[in-house]
Amino acid sequence: MATSEVKTTDPGVDPATGEFRVLGQGQTFRSVTEKIAGIVLTPHTPLGWFALFGIGGAVATMLLVAVVWLFLVGVGIWAITQPVAWGFAIINFVWWIGIGHAGTLISAILLLFKQGWRNSINRFAEAMTIFAVVCAGMFPLIHVGRPWLGYWLLPIPLTMNIWPQFRSPLLWDVFAVSTYATISVVFWYMGMIPDFGTLRDRSTSKIGQYIYGMLSVGWRGSTRHWMRYETASLLLAGLATPLVLSVHTVISFDFAVAVLPGWHTTIFPPYFVAGAIYSGFAMVLTLAIPLRKFYHLEGLVTERHIDNMGKVMLATGFIVAYGYGMEVFMAWYSASHWEAFMMWNRMFGPMGWSYWVLVTCNLAIPLTTLWSRKLRTNVVFMFLLSLVVNTGMWFERFVIVVTSLYRDFLPSSWGTYRATKWDYMTYVGTLGLFTALFLLFVRFLPMIPMNEIRMMLPGAKITPKATAKAGD
Amino acid sequence: MPPREGTYGLLAEFDNPSDLVRATKQARHDGWRRMECYTPYPVEEAAEALNFHRNKVPLITLIGGLMGLAAMFSLETWISVLAYPLNIAGRPTYSWPAFVVPAYEWTILWAGLSACFGMLALNGLPALYHPLFNAPNFRDGATTDKFFLCLEAMDPKFDLIEAKAYLESFQPASVVEVQY
Repeated sequence: MATSEVKTTDPGVDPATGEFRVLGQGQTFRSVTEKIAGIVLTPHTPLGWFALFGIGGAVATMLLVAVVWLFLVGVGIWAITQPVAWGFAIINFVWWIGIGHAGTLISAILLLFKQGWRNSINRFAEAMTIFAVVCAGMFPLIHVGRPWLGYWLLPIPLTMNIWPQFRSPLLWDVFAVSTYATISVVFWYMGMIPDFGTLRDRSTSKIGQYIYGMLSVGWRGSTRHWMRYETASLLLAGLATPLVLSVHTVISFDFAVAVLPGWHTTIFPPYFVAGAIYSGFAMVLTLAIPLRKFYHLEGLVTERHIDNMGKVMLATGFIVAYGYGMEVFMAWYSASHWEAFMMWNRMFGPMGWSYWVLVTCNLAIPLTTLWSRKLRTNVVFMFLLSLVVNTGMWFERFVIVVTSLYRDFLPSSWGTYRATKWDYMTYVGTLGLFTALFLLFVRFLPMIPMNEIRMMLPGAKITPKATAKAGD
Repeated sequence: MPPREGTYGLLAEFDNPSDLVRATKQARHDGWRRMECYTPYPVEEAAEALNFHRNKVPLITLIGGLMGLAAMFSLETWISVLAYPLNIAGRPTYSWPAFVVPAYEWTILWAGLSACFGMLALNGLPALYHPLFNAPNFRDGATTDKFFLCLEAMDPKFDLIEAKAYLESFQPASVVEVQY
């Protein structure tokens, strides 16, 4: 190992092992368990939780109102029309799915790469994935106009004898997103089974023991069980990795397969995936930073986690920057009149401001500041930066959807796009729904995987010599 | 299955994984076969000590994945070629490259579900009851910070008095008898 080359004066290095320290010092199996299980099992819900849940619930109610009105009146209450037939619904769909991708990346890809630091953050990153997919999946369904006919998307025998068209990326989306949602839930739940066992054993209330006992499916920590469990986790991680890459690829096909300037490009799949991870890590930071402060989890979600996430954002941010650059380059190099006009219109047309918001939020601010370790470990700065990147990534989807559509080939068919209050209510409403779901998760489920944290503690080291006496 | 009675086994509690692994290795060396370790997190060394190296989860996952692939690809082919052929700009009805994407997704879907449910099935879970939960110290420690070795009464070598003395020789924190 190359750890000997690391200077031991580095504050992030544990002098005992010479390895980078991920968790805070002085943690034991019991202290970690009590800390994490205590958040769930305490009968005292913090007042701040109620306050936030109230806000989230109120905003989610607004979503309910917006959706009910949509079902009563139709999609005409939104700003979508010709030529911009894909408005906020698709922007928000892509944005939310993208946010979800970081959760899978953290739980699956970093597991395959044996990045131990992911253990502290993977559970709530996975929860974030699931709730983001819930919010995302809603948009195409309510966008179809007659949502009660949504089951037409599925290949099921109907009396009308009609079957779906398998050559369309929109149908591929149905399978990609539904598979993604299912596998994410399975992965998330399977990861929690041993922790449910812990909660079952530590819960003092009858109802807690009953519910967590049911959820734990009778887990008892048998070594043979653990080994099959570890194999299944690894396999699921190996399956989720190509899955997560395929999901945003398929979503980018929705655009790239259309012959529209600004959409019809082969760079879309990698650029969408990188953008998804970029915004997803930003969302993990948005959630993790207040959470660790609120629940005093600084020993488990350390500055090193925030630092590492900053580095991932820096790397994916540059891939995104390459994507933007390549779009501009191809607009010129393709020598296509339409492509060149699209890019000019995107930058300097009536909606040019949105392009510059995107450049500022996604490139100018993060890619200059994330180089500094001082800033990467500054939690306040990182929290604000994560909000900036989330905004920027939302604008990226706005730019892709709206500025490619509103001025296409024929000037006579040009139009514009101005979102209505129902558009905003639906979008902001999903933020409330997400917040409410996430708060329920934090309150009732173990937000940090206890079994995985235990593996990283110094007490988990197997020593060949007898230690029964030494520990007394 | 008729309800069992009597002793399920003897449960030795250890404070750290190293002692557990050493005791397990020794017990296996001394001819014990029906035994199991219980730990609050996966301890690979314990599995090695139990000589448990392979499991069938990968095979189940592979079979599940291939079934998903075959199921979706045949469904797409049947729909597009036989059940509901659509002529779109004269393209062939059997346009298999387009079928790859949903088939790929279903490969992953079925493989993932097989991995999770196959793991649970092989583990005999969900299980509503297990005699080990009768042990007073098991529920406090097995999912928190204690490490257990259980010598099961099914082992031909098992004799309550002798096995207890044998386990005591590893200096565990405690040895308790577990009833069905």
